[in-house]
Amino acid sequence: MATLGQTIKSLWSMVVGMKVTGIEFFKPKLTVHYPRKEVDNLGTYRGHCDLVAREDDPLTPKCIMCGICVDNCPSGCLSLTMHVVGEGKPRPAGGAGELMLAQEVILPGSIKKAPPTGKAERVLDSFRLNYNYCSLCGLCVQNCPVSSLAWSREAYLVGRSRQEFEFDLLARLRAKAASSQGVKAA
Amino acid sequence: MALEANYGMVGDFYTQNFTTTHTGDGDTLILNLGPQHPSTHGVLRVVVELDGEYVKKAEPVLGYIHRMHEKMGEVKTYLQYLPNMGRVDYLHALGWNWAYVGAVEKLMGIEVPERAEFIRVITCELNRISSHLLWWGAYLLDLGAFTPILYAFADRERIMDILQMVTGSRLTYCYYRFGGVSADIGEKFISDLRAFLAQFKARIPMFHELVTGNMILRGRCVDIGVLPVEMCRRYGATGPVLRGSGVAYDVRRFEPYSVYDQLDFDVPVGKAGDAMDRYDVRVAEMVQSVRIIEQALDKLPEGPFLNPDLPDRFIPEPGEVYYSVEGARGKIGVYIVSDGSPKPYRLKLRSPSFSNLSLFAELSQGTLLGDAISIMGSLDLVIPEIDR
Amino acid sequence: MTALLANPLVQLVIALLALLGFVGLNGLVLVWMERKVVGFIQRRPGPFEVGPHGLLQPLADALKLIGKQLVTPRGADRPLFWLAPILSVMPVPLCFLPIPFSPLLTGMELNVGVVLILAFSGLNVLALCLAGWGSNNKYSLLGAARAVSQSVAYEIPLLLTVLCIAFQSGSLNLNVIAGHQSGILHWNLWVQPLAFVMFFIAATAETNRAPFDLPEAESELTAGHHTEYSGMGFGLFMLAEYMYMIIICGMAAVLFMGGWDGPVAPGWWWMVIKIYAMLAAMMWFRWTFPRVRFDQLLNVCWKWLIPLGLANLLATALIMKLVG
Ligand code: SF4
Ligand code: SF4
Repeated sequence: MATLGQTIKSLWSMVVGMKVTGIEFFKPKLTVHYPRKEVDNLGTYRGHCDLVAREDDPLTPKCIMCGICVDNCPSGCLSLTMHVVGEGKPRPAGGAGELMLAQEVILPGSIKKAPPTGKAERVLDSFRLNYNYCSLCGLCVQNCPVSSLAWSREAYLVGRSRQEFEFDLLARLRAKAASSQGVKAA
Repeated sequence: MALEANYGMVGDFYTQNFTTTHTGDGDTLILNLGPQHPSTHGVLRVVVELDGEYVKKAEPVLGYIHRMHEKMGEVKTYLQYLPNMGRVDYLHALGWNWAYVGAVEKLMGIEVPERAEFIRVITCELNRISSHLLWWGAYLLDLGAFTPILYAFADRERIMDILQMVTGSRLTYCYYRFGGVSADIGEKFISDLRAFLAQFKARIPMFHELVTGNMILRGRCVDIGVLPVEMCRRYGATGPVLRGSGVAYDVRRFEPYSVYDQLDFDVPVGKAGDAMDRYDVRVAEMVQSVRIIEQALDKLPEGPFLNPDLPDRFIPEPGEVYYSVEGARGKIGVYIVSDGSPKPYRLKLRSPSFSNLSLFAELSQGTLLGDAISIMGSLDLVIPEIDR
Repeated sequence: MTALLANPLVQLVIALLALLGFVGLNGLVLVWMERKVVGFIQRRPGPFEVGPHGLLQPLADALKLIGKQLVTPRGADRPLFWLAPILSVMPVPLCFLPIPFSPLLTGMELNVGVVLILAFSGLNVLALCLAGWGSNNKYSLLGAARAVSQSVAYEIPLLLTVLCIAFQSGSLNLNVIAGHQSGILHWNLWVQPLAFVMFFIAATAETNRAPFDLPEAESELTAGHHTEYSGMGFGLFMLAEYMYMIIICGMAAVLFMGGWDGPVAPGWWWMVIKIYAMLAAMMWFRWTFPRVRFDQLLNVCWKWLIPLGLANLLATALIMKLVG
C-alpha cells in the first residue's frame, strides 16, 4: 500500500512539473529582440577604453603621457608616442620590458590625485589600443592620474579582421569631436 | 596506411595507455567522452571503458584548456595579474578575485576598509548564486531536461545586469583591487538588488516544483554516486561535494575571512552523499547566499570603498602567503612566494574542481553510463579551473 | 473520368500522392510548432526572423539540409549507412494509408489496418539499427542498441492496449473502430482510460521522444544513432520521427477518441485537432521532464506497463464475454 501511495505521489510530481511549464508558456517573453530593440543598461558597460578630451579643447586629450596605463596594462595592448616640444622625434612612452614608472605621478592602485604641473610641454602623437588583446580589466582607466581614459559603451562591435580592432584612440577622439561639432554647427 | 587499416582508431597516447592498462577481457568498448561532448561542459575528455552500458573504468584526460595561469603569475606584476583571476573560473570569477587580492593584501599587510569588505561579500555571494544557477541548469541539461536552464538564465541574467553596474562586465569580472574594490555600489545597485532578491526567493519554490520533486529526476539522482566522507578526504574534495557527504566544512565558517564572522548563515549539509544531496546542498546554498546578502546590505557601513593610503608600488617584502576563500565549487586557495621583486616568485592556485574531478574516476566505476554523466554533472566541474 | 476514379488502383495512387504532400507539409508545420512551443515554454519567442513569426523557418532549414554535403564517415558501411534514413521514411506513407480522417478521407480501408500500421512502423527500428551499425561510430552503435531494446520492449504494451480496443470493437479495421464511437460519450477513452494512458506512454517511447529519447540522448551519446549523418540524411530521420509521431497520435485519436467524431460538426478537422492536441502534449512532456535512465525505461515497461496491460486485457476480455 505504501508503495502505491509513493507511486501516486511520484506520478503527481510529473503533473506538477507540467503545470509549471504550462504556466510559463503563457507568461510574457523575456527576449530582447536585438535589431529591433536594444538593452538599456549599457550605461555601466565596460567597452574598450577611450580617450577623454580636455574641457577647454575637444580635440586634445587630457593625457599627460605619463605612461602608467601603458606600463600597467597586463596585456600590453596600449601604446603611445609623444615628443617634447623642441625635441624633434616622437618617442614611445612606457613599455619596453621593465616596469617604467614616471616619478612625477601617483602610482598604480591609487585613485586620482592632482596631475603634476610645471613639466616640459609634451605633445601626444599617437595613442593606440590593440583591442584584440585587451582583457577589459580596467587598470588603465582606474589608474590614469588625470582621468584621461574612460570606458566607451561599445557593446556591438563587429569586424572582419583583427586589424579592425586596432584602434587609434586619438583619431577616434578627433572624429568624435568633429562630429559633435558638426552637430552643434548644424 | 596502418592508420587506414584501423580506420583511424589507433588513438593517441592516452587511449593507447588506457587500452594497455584496461581491465577488460577484450569484450569491452572504449569510448572517448570529449573533449567535445555535450556533457563535459567544455574541453574535458574522459576515456571510459564500457561493458555494455556499464562503466568499468574511467579516466579523465586534462590539459585541453591549460593556459599557464601559474606561470603567467611569475611574469606579470602583482597588479597585472588581476585580470587572470576572472578567467580561471569564469563562473565564480569574484571568488578567485578575492582569493588573489586577499593573498596579496595579507602578504603586504594592506588594510581593507569596512565598506569594501561588505561590498565584496555582497558581490561575491551574488556571483555564487549565479554560478549555482548555471550549474543547476547545466546539470538538468545533462539529465535531459532542457527547460530549467532557460529559467535559471532568466534569473542569472538579472544578476549579471546588477553586477555589470559595478564591475562593468558580465562574466569575467575584474572588480576587486588590492585594498578594496574598483567601484562603489550606488543607490540603484542596492534597490535593484533588493528587488531581485525578493523576486528570486519567490522563484525558488517554482524550481522545486519543476525539478526537485520530479520523479524522473529523483530516479536519476537518489542513491547515485554515493560519495563516502573517507573518499572525499582522500581526494581533497571541498565545497558542496564535501558538504553533500555530510561534512559541514565551509571556509567562510571555519576560517572566517573578511566580515563573514559578523553574518549569520547556515552551512547546509547532506546525509547520504549521493547526487541528490549535492543538488540539495547547492540549492540550499543559494538561499543562504540570499540571506547573507540581505544582512550585508542592512549592515553596509559608510566609508571609502578603496583604501586611500595604498603604497605607491605593490612590491612586497620577501615572504610567502596562503589565502583561501570559499568558492562556488569549494576551497579556492592562492599561494604566493615573494622574493621582494615586483613580480611573484611563484604562484600556486588551488582549484577545487581539480580535486573534485579526481574522484570521478573512482566514483563512476561500475555505474551505468547515464549515471556516470549524472555524477559528473553533480560534481559541478568548470574545466578552465581544472586546467588553469 | 468517374469510372477512372472508381478504380481502386487509381485511388491508391492519388491517396499516396496526397499523403506525400501531407507528410511534407506536416513535417514543416511540426518543426515550426515544436520550436514555437519550446520557445514559449522557455519564455523566448522561438523562430522569428524568416517569414511572419518565423513561419518559413522550417522551409529555410529544409533547404539548408538539402543543400548540404552528404558526408560518409571513413570506415562506414556505405550502402547500409545511406539505406538507413531512406528505410526510416519509406514506410511512412504506407502507415498513413489505413488511418481514416473521415469515412471518405481514408487512403485505403483495410480490415487489418491496425496491424499494418504497427508492422510497418516497426521497420523504423531496423533503420535505426542499420544507422547505428553502418556509421562505424561507437556512439551510434550504443544508440542503435538502445533503440532496438527500447522498441522491442515498448511494442508489447502498445499491442496489448490496441488489443483491448480490438476486443471491444471486434475489428482491426480502423474505420470500424472509429465508427463504433460516435458521440463524445461513447469514446473508448472513457471506457479504457488506463489503456489510453499506457498507449500514450508506450507511443512516446516508441517514437523515441523525451523523456524516453535514449537512442539519441545527447548528453550521453551526443546524437545517438544519427551522430554521423549530415544534410538530408539527418533531415530524413527528423522527418521520420515527426511522421511517426503523427501516425501514432492519429492511431490514438481513432482508437480512443472516435476519430473524426466531435461534439459539433464531425469531420476530418476533428481528427486534425485531436492529433495536434496530442502532439502538443508530447512536446509539452519533452520540454518539461528530464530523461529517464536506460534501465529505468525498461523497468517501467516490463514491470509496470506489461503486467498492467495484461491485466487490463484480461479484464476487457472477461467483461466482453460476460456482457457480450
Ligand atoms: S582594460 Fe586592461 S587590458 Fe585593456 S587596455 Fe586597459 S589595462 Fe590594458
Ligand atoms: S595613464 Fe592617463 S595620462 Fe598617463 S599616459 Fe595613460 S592616458 Fe595618458
